[in-house]
Amino acid sequence: MAATMEAASTKSHVGKKGKPPKRYWDNPTEDSENSHVNKKNRQDGESDSIQGNITAVSPNKELVTEKQNKNRQSKTNHISGSKDPFPGEAPIPQERLKKFQRGEKSQVTSGLRSKLKEAIKRSEAESELAQKQAARFDLLLPEDAGFLEGDEDEDTCTISQDDIADAVDITSGAKYFNLHLSQFGPYRLDYSKAGRHLILGGKRGHVTCIEWQSKQLVSEINVMETVNDVKWLHNEDMFAVAQKKWLHIYDSKGVELHCIRKFNDVLSMEFLPYHFLLATASATGFLQYLDVSVGKEVVCINAKLGRLGVMTQNPQNAIIHMGHPNGIVSLWSPNQKEPLVKMLCHQGGVRSVAVDKTGTYMVTSGLDKKLKVYDIRAFKPLQSYFLPAGAACLSLSQRGLLAAATGDIVQVYRDVLGTPVTKPYMAHRVRGGITGLSYCPHEDVLGVGHSDGFTSMIVPGAGEPNFDAMDVNPVGSLKQRREWEVKALLEKIQPELICLDPSQLGRVDHASWEQRHEERVKTLGYDPLAQEKFKPRMRKKGRSSSGAVEKRKKKVAHEDQREVIRKTVEENLGKQKELKKEKATLAAQGQRSALDRFKK
Amino acid sequence: MKVKVLSRNPDDYVRETTRDIHRVPRNYDPTLHPFEVPREYTRALNATKLERVFAKPFVGSLDGHRDGINCMAKHSKSLSILLSGACDGEVKLWNLPKRECFRTVQAHEGFVRGIVTRFCGTSFFTVGDDKTIKQWKMEPPGYGEQEEPLNTILGKAVFTGIDHHQIGETFATCGQTVDIWDEQRTSPIRSFSWGVDSFSCVRYNPVETELLASCASDRSVVLYDMREATPLKKVIMKLRSNTLCWNPMEAYYFTSSNEDYNLYTYDMRYLDNPVTVHMDHVSAVLDVDYSPTGREFVSASFDKSVRIFPKDGGHSREVYHTKRMQHVICVRWSADNKYILSGSDEMNIRMWKANASEKLGVLTPREKTTRDYNQKLREKFQHHPHIRRIARHRHLPHDIYKQRREQREMRDARRRKELNVRKHSKPGSVPVETEKEKHVVTVVE
Repeated sequence: MAATMEAASTKSHVGKKGKPPKRYWDNPTEDSENSHVNKKNRQDGESDSIQGNITAVSPNKELVTEKQNKNRQSKTNHISGSKDPFPGEAPIPQERLKKFQRGEKSQVTSGLRSKLKEAIKRSEAESELAQKQAARFDLLLPEDAGFLEGDEDEDTCTISQDDIADAVDITSGAKYFNLHLSQFGPYRLDYSKAGRHLILGGKRGHVTCIEWQSKQLVSEINVMETVNDVKWLHNEDMFAVAQKKWLHIYDSKGVELHCIRKFNDVLSMEFLPYHFLLATASATGFLQYLDVSVGKEVVCINAKLGRLGVMTQNPQNAIIHMGHPNGIVSLWSPNQKEPLVKMLCHQGGVRSVAVDKTGTYMVTSGLDKKLKVYDIRAFKPLQSYFLPAGAACLSLSQRGLLAAATGDIVQVYRDVLGTPVTKPYMAHRVRGGITGLSYCPHEDVLGVGHSDGFTSMIVPGAGEPNFDAMDVNPVGSLKQRREWEVKALLEKIQPELICLDPSQLGRVDHASWEQRHEERVKTLGYDPLAQEKFKPRMRKKGRSSSGAVEKRKKKVAHEDQREVIRKTVEENLGKQKELKKEKATLAAQGQRSALDRFKK
Repeated sequence: MKVKVLSRNPDDYVRETTRDIHRVPRNYDPTLHPFEVPREYTRALNATKLERVFAKPFVGSLDGHRDGINCMAKHSKSLSILLSGACDGEVKLWNLPKRECFRTVQAHEGFVRGIVTRFCGTSFFTVGDDKTIKQWKMEPPGYGEQEEPLNTILGKAVFTGIDHHQIGETFATCGQTVDIWDEQRTSPIRSFSWGVDSFSCVRYNPVETELLASCASDRSVVLYDMREATPLKKVIMKLRSNTLCWNPMEAYYFTSSNEDYNLYTYDMRYLDNPVTVHMDHVSAVLDVDYSPTGREFVSASFDKSVRIFPKDGGHSREVYHTKRMQHVICVRWSADNKYILSGSDEMNIRMWKANASEKLGVLTPREKTTRDYNQKLREKFQHHPHIRRIARHRHLPHDIYKQRREQREMRDARRRKELNVRKHSKPGSVPVETEKEKHVVTVVE
């Protein structure tokens, strides 16, 4: 941009005769700079995607020949002799900038006060700077995502787990393993948020907690009861187990901490980490929220949609998605006794629901053997696939790989959300029917719980390669984890703030006065602005006869409306008068026709 | 087959030695940080609550006077020295960090009406009810020396206030007239009066150093130019102004404390209307002083409270009171913008923090960043109803609380009556008068 500005300024000084002598501190002339930019333009294939000063080159400057350029360049070198080959800041690709954009830019309209205008401008400039810096920082991220590519004519889905484990390094290879636990299966599983710990819950009561990377057994218990689901709470010290009758909470050593008798017949659970809420769905049709930081039930909702076994959470807005036997998927927040949204997704029951990390897509599978992808911003179906065996479990990885369990086969699909796919990315057969499926966060690992135990399989490209240690730190020390816990508890979001769009809290509330007044009346329980009803004073000496009271009442009746009524009456009278006048003038002019009698 | 699986080298993520700081790898991808706004909101709420928890503004009190404090002055060069004059004619000099009196002077018989330090900080002037102006050395007298003033000027009438020129060797006093004095002479070099019998306060403009403003007992605020023989102009208000103070940064603004419980900020150039009317006190306002940044000022009132107002805000941001503090006569904002000093009827000078929840002492860099971050958060979410309610909540003494409610009712009644009068009179005969227009009677050039 600077180059073009300079060009413009020189153009306006065409009339001047002599140029001032060149000094060493002057900028190099615009010609050489432009030519430089041109060169770069030609070399760069992706110049379109690059934001910045490249497109603004005046056409006549492009005609400058290479020879001229060389001459000029030799004249206008810096004092050090070398020239900066990449002047200015490095350009940032538009797409990457977009990734860090939050919301729309606020507009500076002409009606605003100057103070406000300035404030908006300043804050916009600040957020733009932050966005740019974050985008630049993206370049410095240390790790790259994994991938799997077959040779020519080789399908990646035919590559076996053993081959992959052999091909990669030893530590990564060790991430493929099987646990043969045929006695107490089938198993449900859950990875902790940091991804270091794994909890397995067998249907027949076997609950075990494993540090899976080092394969260390932390604890192993048998609860001597049916186990429906297991879930980690906010850290690796506590987990919840939904048992036959009640909900129990154990610590990582396997000691029972709580038996919560308000939560019965729980079939599945979800933990909302930023709200410290444990959402449970029960066989009796209740959706309950437990605040694990204070140990109190937040809300208990009767969904009135039958047995609730299928649930997942939207990680972006903490809305609970539940699948029902009649093919409906319903969305729930703890603030409303009715579902926020009810979608008819399948003919026949919904078997599994999964929501992706960005909270944009939802994948469902049903008894009609279909797998459907929805956009949950617009609540519209995007893709529909037919799986011959149907998918019992679904799971979406951090980078958008979809794992679907069809019988005893795990199929992993890539790019399933946007574009239609025909072939799976990977497939793996386990030894029994699959009941649990979960990706390990920040790892290329998919955990599969089945009737014969547990299988950890390697799925290259599943996990987010770069974690943010302020959010979740898999390699954090004990002290760091403790501090994180304190901070997280301090920042616990109240359940009242759960809504479909969590960024709404940061926007201006454009509620009208009437709306706000209505809300105020609702919260107060009475209308503070309501006028008191006029009560005539009691007067003595017979002046408070009912007739006199009525008279006095009439004096103040509809006092607030009188002005309006008076005005409208006056207006109407004026209009009538005018009409009469017109008629009169017409009549006076004597232009009355025979048809006028039908006019009003 | 080509395959790559995520495999992190622990050495890249764990610190090398235990003396190192912990490595904190970051990734600013928004999808890894859900609930940005609700989390920030929660932080802002916590910050606001903590601010109220830590709001302990009272630092200490300086006791030693044997009568009510009537006037105070900051030292012009030293932050640690405060001068105060009492109703029994005693002047005390205080060491603020130690909170002790290091010198006592029996300066006058009767009240000490005004006290001011010379710009160089080597001496100070006092005026009293005994019709004298005395100049004192700042240093205490040596061993065996008598406590004596450098100069004593005997005036014709009682002086009620004094102020010194910013750089020159002149000072101004007020009483029955506003007098300009040369330090070397015993008679005033100039005397201003404008049909008024007495003045209560005179202040030099800190920037346009030849300009003066004074409050007169005929409810007017009068402006003077020292170079001219006659006063410039005056604005007459409904009730009397007690004191005034110039804004040190935008020196064309001054704020006057009024008997009608309000403070008025005027633009010197346009006296027809005040720029802002500051309301909140429930009794006459007795003193006002600007912060050195010129963004806020503090006011002392007869209602036993001290309030801090933003310079362009109609209502106070802070109110200070204690059970023991009686009518506050004088107040000063310290030159480092950190403390407020109030002198009151019950012989105590109190020291307050200007920012109630501020942590005193040296802050570590992490404390500083947290403070700044919290401040920004509070600012960002200040309009959310829950946060605003907590941030605005102040405990008030029962008297003030009751009187505020009473006055609000009176104001509403007056407004209602005016509306009714307007409704039932000829259109246009009862004009709408804004709050700013209500209090000015006239401007005389």
